Amino acid sequence: MFQRFQQSRWPQLLVWVLIIAAIVAAPAVLPVFRLNLLGRFLSLAIVALGIDLIWGFTGLLSLGQGIFFALGGYAAAMYLQLNSSSGFPNGIPEFFGLYGVKQLPAFWQPFHSPLFTLVAIWLIPAVLAAVLGNLVFRNRIKGVYFSILTQAALLVFFNFFNGQQKLINGTNGLKTDVTQLFGQMVGSPEMQRGFFWFTALMVIAAWVFVRWVVRGRFGDVLIAIRDDEPRLRFAGFNPTLFKTIVFAIAGGLAGIGGALYTVQSGIVSPQYMTVPFSIEMVIWVAVGGRGTLVGAILGAVAINYAKSLVSEAMPQSWLFIQGGLFILVVTALPEGVIGWWRSDGPRNLLTRLGITRRIGTYPQLELDGQEEVQP
Amino acid sequence: MSAPLLELREITVSFDGFLALRDLNLSLQPGELRAVIGPNGAGKTTFLDVITGKTAPTEGDVLFQGRSLVGRAEHRIARLGIGRKFQSPRVFEKLSVQENLALAVSRPKQPWPLLFGRLGGQERERVHHLMGIVNLQSRADWEAGALSHGQKQWLEIAMLVGQDPDLLLVDEPVAGLTDEETDLTADLLKSLAGDHTVLVIEHDMEFIRRLESPVTVLHQGHVLCEGTMDQVQADPRVIEVYLGTSEEEQS
Ligand SMILES: Nc1ncnc2c1ncn2[C@@H]1O[C@H](COP(=O)(O)OP(=O)(O)OP(=O)(O)O)[C@@H](O)[C@H]1O
Ligand SMILES: [Mg+2]
Repeated sequence: MFQRFQQSRWPQLLVWVLIIAAIVAAPAVLPVFRLNLLGRFLSLAIVALGIDLIWGFTGLLSLGQGIFFALGGYAAAMYLQLNSSSGFPNGIPEFFGLYGVKQLPAFWQPFHSPLFTLVAIWLIPAVLAAVLGNLVFRNRIKGVYFSILTQAALLVFFNFFNGQQKLINGTNGLKTDVTQLFGQMVGSPEMQRGFFWFTALMVIAAWVFVRWVVRGRFGDVLIAIRDDEPRLRFAGFNPTLFKTIVFAIAGGLAGIGGALYTVQSGIVSPQYMTVPFSIEMVIWVAVGGRGTLVGAILGAVAINYAKSLVSEAMPQSWLFIQGGLFILVVTALPEGVIGWWRSDGPRNLLTRLGITRRIGTYPQLELDGQEEVQP
Repeated sequence: MSAPLLELREITVSFDGFLALRDLNLSLQPGELRAVIGPNGAGKTTFLDVITGKTAPTEGDVLFQGRSLVGRAEHRIARLGIGRKFQSPRVFEKLSVQENLALAVSRPKQPWPLLFGRLGGQERERVHHLMGIVNLQSRADWEAGALSHGQKQWLEIAMLVGQDPDLLLVDEPVAGLTDEETDLTADLLKSLAGDHTVLVIEHDMEFIRRLESPVTVLHQGHVLCEGTMDQVQADPRVIEVYLGTSEEEQS
């Protein structure tokens, strides 16, 4: 019975109904503070979807997604700062005054345009990811070397952004909560409610998009790259192209997530490019379930929600819990929670606890009628 | 004699001073079926690695339809029309039988058509046809990783055929197959010759005999001799290096 329940499609449907019900109900039942947190975690779910695409499906473990996340955030923040700077000296964002900068740096200029900004939020990270990725992939750098390189790139960006006071306010980052959008304060409850709805829609859009990418033969090629890349070459496929494309997509998704996260937390700063944060992103996907898109979303939201609750109650303990969670997943649930569910995990657990009986026959045994049993 | 489809000229491959191939010369005519035998470590697989771009020759040149293959990337060589089956079967274990074959028959193999296009009706028919040939219709939706060793061998052969290359390089296709399956594989490869050029590496002498093709004997990275199976088996040098030991093993 349980097995039937698990194998039919409707548990999956149920998960989705629950997710959507939670999203719809959230603004009504949650105080603005909690709603805002949920909105931020949903932005992180968009990043996680990208990580699932490159890691879960294609086998590329990037520890540098924070770069693309932060770039999306900076793009959004630059527009908002420009949009609200008419009252400041020289008509440029206030922080420039601290460093005696009188003229807007040239690369800020295009961010006057809302349209440019909307495109830049995902296109700049995607193009950067494509360029960096292509350099690495064409040289056939794989596995742990790829991971180390992405982390090194993250450190380079982190240090660069930290040091550039005169360009982007260095360590302090760019604030967005007191900026204006559509004539309203970005940090106001009404705006935050709007961002929540928009983020929820974007999560679903991102899910639909990534699902479309991984379905069909393109997705099959990604899985083939993950499992046996050299073999795929001899079949006439060029893995470099496929890897570059999905790494760019993941970069773009991280940029969108970063922009939405920024407007809902009120600031973007180089802190978004720290090493631990990018590793956390990977942990969300590992816990939720690599290669299961719902797992990436649930992992990102659930872990971050747990983090905020635990940190409020016992500020020091979260790191231990997160570490324990990661170890648990690596040792006991290598497929993550959703992967465990799909691969008969719950029934095996019940069996082990003695709640259901072990099935005596081999469930996949199939007689194809060719062998006659001789008496 | 027409121009050869494939020509290896004085190929030498050195692994840190160890010569896996030494001054190897070999040429294949279009439509030919050729068997290559040789003791373990003779360099048979290495010689396929050189053709398919996996290993760069230290010296010498490989010509396919008059063009040099040396220095080309593996996928470009594959797209020129050279397909390969690996010694131990290498299929994509997390993909189903059908999906494995769909990748093989897909054309072109570029990202955008694969992302936006669906598998065409003709391609789908080919996948079904191939599954019929290797008797895997009933396993169409199985993960390839769940197949038996022999079924994986056949799936990989079907993938190779599905790729529709001009030159098929088949490394030990019948290891782990039953006698009946071995015979079917021999018949399949024979039926492909003519339209395709086929090079088969095998240790199974019964299988090679059934191919009724010229045989090239490789030994220590060098061509020892060429001829029909009977000529080769009668050659004292071959008996010394190869058949002498292999007959004991096989009995
Ligand atoms: N990458 C490599 N580095 C070093 N030595 C290698 C490498 N590849 C192959 N060799 C050596 O080259 C020789 C030829 O190997 P190869 O795999 O071509 O033999 P083979 O004829 O296919 O043998 P078998 O019948 O066992 O498959 C062997 O001695 C092997 O150890
Ligand atoms: Mg070999």
